[in-house]
Amino acid sequence: MSVSTQTDEGRSAAAAPIPPAIQLRGISKAFGPVQANKDITMTVAKGSIHGIVGENGAGKSTLMSILYGFYKADAGEVFIDGNKVNITDSRAAIAAGIGMVHQHFMLVEPFTVLENVVMGAEEGRLLKPSLKKARASLKQLAEDYELDVDPDAIVGELSVGFQQRVEILKALYRQAEILILDEPTGVLTPAEADHLFRILRNLKEQGKTIILITHKLREIMDVTDSVSVMRRGAMTETIPTANTSPEDLAEKMVGRRVLLEVSKAPAEPGDVVMEVKGLNVIDSQGVKKLKDISFTLRAGEILGIAGVAGNGQTELLEVLGGFRAAVSGVVTMHGDSIDLSPKANAGKRRARGIGHIPEDRHRRGLVMDYMAWENIALGYHNKPEFKGRFGLHNQSAMRADARGKIERFDIRPPNENLRASNFSGGNQQKIVVAREIEANPDVLLVGQPTRGVDIGAIEFIHQQIVNLRDAGKAILLVSVELDEIQSLSDRILVMFDGVIQGERLPENTDERELGLMMAGASEEPAS
Amino acid sequence: MNKSLPRWADIILIPLLNLALAMVIAGLVVVFIGEDPIQAMKLIIQGAFAPYGIGFTLYYTTNFIFTGLAVAVAFHARLFNIGGEGQAAIAGVGVALVCLAFDWPHWSMALLAAMVGGMLFGAGWAAIPAYLQAKRGSHIVITTIMFNLIAASLINFLLVGPMQAPGMAPETSGFPAGASLPTLHDIFAVVGVAFDKNAPVNISLFIALIACVFVWLLIWKSRLGYEIRAFGHSEKAAVYAGISPLKITMIAMLISGALAGLLAINTVMGEAERLVLDSVQGAGFVGIAVALMGRNHPLGVLLAAFLFGILYQGGSELAFEMPGISREMIVVIQGLVIMFTGSLENLVRMPVTRLFTRFKRGAV
Repeated sequence: MSVSTQTDEGRSAAAAPIPPAIQLRGISKAFGPVQANKDITMTVAKGSIHGIVGENGAGKSTLMSILYGFYKADAGEVFIDGNKVNITDSRAAIAAGIGMVHQHFMLVEPFTVLENVVMGAEEGRLLKPSLKKARASLKQLAEDYELDVDPDAIVGELSVGFQQRVEILKALYRQAEILILDEPTGVLTPAEADHLFRILRNLKEQGKTIILITHKLREIMDVTDSVSVMRRGAMTETIPTANTSPEDLAEKMVGRRVLLEVSKAPAEPGDVVMEVKGLNVIDSQGVKKLKDISFTLRAGEILGIAGVAGNGQTELLEVLGGFRAAVSGVVTMHGDSIDLSPKANAGKRRARGIGHIPEDRHRRGLVMDYMAWENIALGYHNKPEFKGRFGLHNQSAMRADARGKIERFDIRPPNENLRASNFSGGNQQKIVVAREIEANPDVLLVGQPTRGVDIGAIEFIHQQIVNLRDAGKAILLVSVELDEIQSLSDRILVMFDGVIQGERLPENTDERELGLMMAGASEEPAS
Repeated sequence: MNKSLPRWADIILIPLLNLALAMVIAGLVVVFIGEDPIQAMKLIIQGAFAPYGIGFTLYYTTNFIFTGLAVAVAFHARLFNIGGEGQAAIAGVGVALVCLAFDWPHWSMALLAAMVGGMLFGAGWAAIPAYLQAKRGSHIVITTIMFNLIAASLINFLLVGPMQAPGMAPETSGFPAGASLPTLHDIFAVVGVAFDKNAPVNISLFIALIACVFVWLLIWKSRLGYEIRAFGHSEKAAVYAGISPLKITMIAMLISGALAGLLAINTVMGEAERLVLDSVQGAGFVGIAVALMGRNHPLGVLLAAFLFGILYQGGSELAFEMPGISREMIVVIQGLVIMFTGSLENLVRMPVTRLFTRFKRGAV
């Protein structure tokens, strides 16, 4: 079942065999009835960058958590530099030279960089000497690896890219020889991601070993030396990166051929359906989140909004979806203005023909404790078809409706009585997509439609969105995945710091230009 | 992980284990003070189920059903209504006003009117904390606790002032005969079954059972219940679905207060037949434990209310029969049950869940 291949050709050919940095043998881990890791064997050569790919729930995070001591494996052995180690907790992992950069940073925001780096690694009772020592080694690390960060900066005030560097510094300060990065580019602009990869290559040059977990196959191709593919808890293959391609990897991950490109005909835009003029939003802390946003949305087109997370896209969707108030501005639907006051109600938006696939399906789009049939009615639960007598629900009608959608959208397992939390990420999203698309809205707001969704479902969801466009509906697509914006959109707006930086047509722009605009760097005239 | 426990184990096995554990600890306490725990247990059961006792057990059960349901309904909207005590107390004023208003020609009319009065006053007392929570974000736990104290003072004032009957006692005049509710003795006599004449249990017990059915329909079958539960599970998702947090907070608390208010028909109208000081006697707080133990499900609330009814009635018998065990000891035992079934819930749940997963994996 598991294949372990000696990778990194150059090094392993050396006369004296260098033991691999990491060797996992027969690692298994079960959570209740779920076998998260099945007999996993993996070898990572010293001084290489090793990628791990797999769909959500394939077991990547579990495997890394075992390596970092968060979980205890049910079976199997871990060897570091050829020595068997018993990693019982993160302290033991650090002692074994393993450092981890989590997807969600583990930093204390009001502390300085220096304090964050030292935290947990203080020596002695007094803080001063530790800080002094850390300052010196931080300077050394910055020189060695191009990891420049002001040691006295408050972490909360740093950009995400710099915060990530602090995480890497933390690991290096603890003498990590092996660095695990979990989805490190999810929150970065393309330029920041490039810088990160430069740092990683640098670290590799200095003999560090890096494990990169990502779902972005392009990054795997760009930066790794070898790659392991996980599927349903098993490690199906480990191959030199040079011998594979994104299409090949996708197929290996999913187990069947996958269309990475969206097939769509040119758009045939119709009348203006929605017009946004001079929209301003201020959040509860008094920060301006949207500044004078204006755009039009036509029937039969997909308008993509590109941008790094946190630049106002969330607020834009919330205002249009009817659960955040604007301080000024006008939004019209078919020429009639919609309510932007604090009294606005998402239910009324639906009545006006605005559907919404929200960014956060776990907390907004779904009630995780509700069964599938209840979730499929969410927001439409007062439809006449669902009303029974005496204020009761016609639950059999609701269940029948849910069964239909589950079948048409191939939601698995096809059981309307299962709680949303028991579906995979892709199927949870399909529940939301089925509900919103089948309501047949004139405008569909779509936020991060494929975040945490497996590749097979991504293909399906993209096709559904394109089909809705082809049916003459208007779609506003917000995504932090530039690939997704580029392949789905008919027009692209780029947002930075609450401002629309400019509009581009996907055929006339490229990732570099969009990336610069996402970083707020350019104010070039529209092409 | 939590989901790996079968439903029957969640609803029946865990509460039973918790209860058993509470009993063992309580038994140790009894041993510690030099009494025989088996004998004590026997006295509790006998006291609760003997012909003279069962009527009291059911009377307490009725109280706890109302307050338990009140807590449960609010909890489905994730509102922790600690104010059942105060709401029920104020409802007593409503019931007393209704009962004293007329010379009621028949108890059935008086009962309907008193139910409306009790529910209105109970809901009204819950409305203020609800509004403060929904509009101002004042935490409902704090405000309802404060409103319990205000209610107690207010009733003190009323019973030594405007509502006091002639005489020295802090109580209202007795209700007119037309407002006297049929007891279980009266009801069973119609079908020729003998039931203890002195027991206070009355027709309110059936109102409580109907209330259980009502709450079940409300929470799991109605459109309002759908919105209440959605709001309770995830406020963000509820807002996304067009559900107004203000509306749900208000409605859930009004229903909760009204259910707590129904307690007054059992105590004030059914038993005392006048409003006295401390007519609720802590039933509002017991309701919290009942709802916790009953998993906020009406059937669970019914069973838990019965259990607490047994503990109350059997406990007073025990204190009477066993001189070594004081009234306070009974409170300790009741407290242990609350602790094990409520706050220490996970103590038993986690090992049992682990046991089940191991068993299942072994079976595969």
